[in-house]
Amino acid sequence: MLNILGYILGFLGVILFFISALGLLRMPDALTRMQAATKASTLGSLLVILSVACFVPQWTLKLVVLAVFILITNPISSSILSMSIYKRFKKDVYNTSGADALKGEKL
Amino acid sequence: MLNVLILLIALSLVLTLIRFLKGPTLADRVIAFDSMSVIATSLLVVLSFYFNKSLYLDLAFVFGLMGFIGTVVFAKFLDKEL
Repeated sequence: MLNILGYILGFLGVILFFISALGLLRMPDALTRMQAATKASTLGSLLVILSVACFVPQWTLKLVVLAVFILITNPISSSILSMSIYKRFKKDVYNTSGADALKGEKL
Repeated sequence: MLNVLILLIALSLVLTLIRFLKGPTLADRVIAFDSMSVIATSLLVVLSFYFNKSLYLDLAFVFGLMGFIGTVVFAKFLDKEL
C-alpha cells in the first residue's frame, strides 16, 4: 500500500522535473526560463523525497530535514539570482510600463 | 519500475545539461546550473534507495549545500559585487 503511494508521488515528481527541463529549453527569455525551472523543480524534488520516505520509513527524519533544507534554500537562491539578472540585463527585460519596481516605483 | 523513475530523472538532467551547454548568456548557464543541482540532489536520494546505502543521503545533503552556495556566489558575480 505504501509502495503504491511512493510510486505515485515519485512519478508526479518526475513529471514536474520533465516540465521544468522542457520549460528551460523552450522559453525565450532568461527570466521566463528561470520561473519555469525553479518553481517546478522545487515541488518535484519535494515529491521525489517524500516518495523515498514512503519506500523506506526508517529514513524519514533525514529525508524531512533534506526536504525542509531544499524548501528554504531554493526560493532564496532563485530570488537573489533573479534580482542580479534584472540589475545586469535591465535593457533586455520585457517591460511595457517603463517603471522600475525594484526601486519602489508604482506601475 | 524504479529503473524507469531513475531513467526519467536522468533524462530531465540531460535536457537541463543541453541548456547549460547551449545557453546564449551567462545568466542562462547559471539558471541551468541551479536547476541541475536540485535535480541531481533528488537523483542521489533515489539512488540511495536503489543501492540501499544511506551514505548517499549524506552525499545528497552536501550536494544541495554546494549547489546553493555556488548559485549565490554566481549571482553575486553577475551583480559585479564580487
